[in-house]
Amino acid sequence: MLSSRVKSEAILLEIKPFKVCIETSLPAVIDTIKALYSDYNYFIYDDSVFVDFYIKIEKGGFFRGYSQAQCYIDGKTPFKPLPLSQAYPFFEWGLNWIVASHIHYYLLLHAAVVEKNGHALILCGKPGAGKSTLCAAMVGNGWRLFSDEMAIIDLKTNELVPFVRPVSLKNRSIDLIQEFVPEAVFGPCFHDTAKGIIAHMKPNSASVFLANKKAFSKWIVFPQYQEHSQTLLQSFPKGKTVLELIKNSFNYNMLGGYGFSNLCQLVDRSDCYNFIYSNLDEAVVLFDQLLE
Amino acid sequence: MKNLPLLALVLREPKTVLNYTLSDWDLLIRQARRAGLLARLGFLFKRNSVEGIPSCALKHIESSMICAENMRTSLNWEIKCIKKALCRLDLPLIFLKGTAYIVGDNDAALGRFFSDVDILVPEEKLLDVERALIYAGWKFDDIDAYDQRYYRKWMHEIPPMRHVQRQTSIDVHHNILPKTCFFCPDVKKLLECAIKIPEQGSWILATEDRVIHSASHLFHEGELEHGFRDLSDLDLLIKEFSIKENFWDNLLFRAVELNQQIPLYYALRYTSIILKTPIPKHVLDRSVQWRPNGLRQKIMDFLFLHALMPDHPSCSDRWTGLARWLLYIRSHWLRMPVHLLIPHLLRKSWMRLTGKDNH
Repeated sequence: MLSSRVKSEAILLEIKPFKVCIETSLPAVIDTIKALYSDYNYFIYDDSVFVDFYIKIEKGGFFRGYSQAQCYIDGKTPFKPLPLSQAYPFFEWGLNWIVASHIHYYLLLHAAVVEKNGHALILCGKPGAGKSTLCAAMVGNGWRLFSDEMAIIDLKTNELVPFVRPVSLKNRSIDLIQEFVPEAVFGPCFHDTAKGIIAHMKPNSASVFLANKKAFSKWIVFPQYQEHSQTLLQSFPKGKTVLELIKNSFNYNMLGGYGFSNLCQLVDRSDCYNFIYSNLDEAVVLFDQLLE
Repeated sequence: MKNLPLLALVLREPKTVLNYTLSDWDLLIRQARRAGLLARLGFLFKRNSVEGIPSCALKHIESSMICAENMRTSLNWEIKCIKKALCRLDLPLIFLKGTAYIVGDNDAALGRFFSDVDILVPEEKLLDVERALIYAGWKFDDIDAYDQRYYRKWMHEIPPMRHVQRQTSIDVHHNILPKTCFFCPDVKKLLECAIKIPEQGSWILATEDRVIHSASHLFHEGELEHGFRDLSDLDLLIKEFSIKENFWDNLLFRAVELNQQIPLYYALRYTSIILKTPIPKHVLDRSVQWRPNGLRQKIMDFLFLHALMPDHPSCSDRWTGLARWLLYIRSHWLRMPVHLLIPHLLRKSWMRLTGKDNH
């Protein structure tokens, strides 16, 4: 039975708080995973292992065409296939999808999270608002990466749970961050995706090693990148913050009262800001000042 | 039966999990998720006071229970909206299938997921119901003229409707099987025996009829990906009702009266084989008179024992796909006579091949 569960080319990876089995025969996917997830815990399959998610990335079959990649979630294909060149991002998106659709013992927000001195900062905003860019820049300047794609909130304690994964950067922010964080390691560039060009910044080892360490939120920031703008941090009303976070939540509706009370607690313990920026240096300095 | 999925063994006896390894839990959770029974598993563990579930598995079970509870809340709201929309029509509004289990507060509602609400109304009221629903914000999904006509002329329901704001779907039935189906029951007999749940003002089919409808739905149905879930529904309904007086006699009697002997035979056979549902021997013996003859029985066993398994790679072998496909063809075969069936299937395949059909 063991052999039918996991094939030889399966990569078993602990991406805390989950254990993931990635099955693929595509060298591009294997190489990119090995490069971007090199600091993670790889485990061996035996009787004492519980895997949370099974993801398989393979070429599309005879009917779909061999030039396409398909993503299987435990054997099923909930998505339309993508060009083969996007096989690796397909894995990342597949993992996002599976967490957002199956995991309801956490409150999940579409946001990036970083931490310093035990205090977490949530960056929440629409796609393209510049949250990943800001997140990558802060991680390059001594903040610990929690997650780039989703803020995971423990419903029992209201703490943020790290879900450390490569930071997905788009279009111009790729060059910007390569320049701003010269030591950062990047995966390959993927062109012509639904989001334009994307590349993944490898999470630094310190963040990966501390992925067990939760933290309480201290700031909730809605960043907005505006060309040539001044750096501007304005406080934002707490009530509106709750409403904005609801809009950006994956499973708020599912959680009923738990969701509401956790969200209120989260906002209650945080300072909330609107943040307009164009200069990363100033932005990073400003958030370091918040710490003091 | 050998090689039963873990999920079947756990539904038979939830305490089996007590000596499970983590990798057993891993597989159980995957099978249950795919079968749509992960939340039900959680409720059954609770009811049977199963403790010591490893936290990694428990998290997935609890997630699914949260989902199911949320769905139940929305469904109750949906029921209210439907009742309000149809309150002026002076009809017994009968809820069917999953919704009926909620309305009747049956065990089969435990951790169940729903994709739509099914209601049964008298055929002569169909137009009124349709109008009232449209007035209250439901509309027909985009389907072409052929499908519209197909539904109206041959089917036991009108095309599915969807509420424009809530995006919830409703199937309005006037019978439980298509008019063209040889086994189509006299719907009057179903309506006559329907029962009213006083505190809610909703109606559901009589106890035995609910079992029979569940059986008739499953064993006439062509898409068996949820077959295992439906089998578990039957198992829970039977276990719950069998303590009632005269349940078994009434059940067998109603099956004859409603022309549903064969589906009931299959229901009793496969729940007892796969889920060890406690069915008295004399009942099984009496239902045997309805079984298909020798070779056919063997073939049906082969098909159903493959197709009814959870839709997960660990529960399938090389025959599963073929079995599901043959049962899909069978479902159409039962639905209408050959001279209607062939043109219909040809058209359907053509639409599928050319990608115009995404159902």
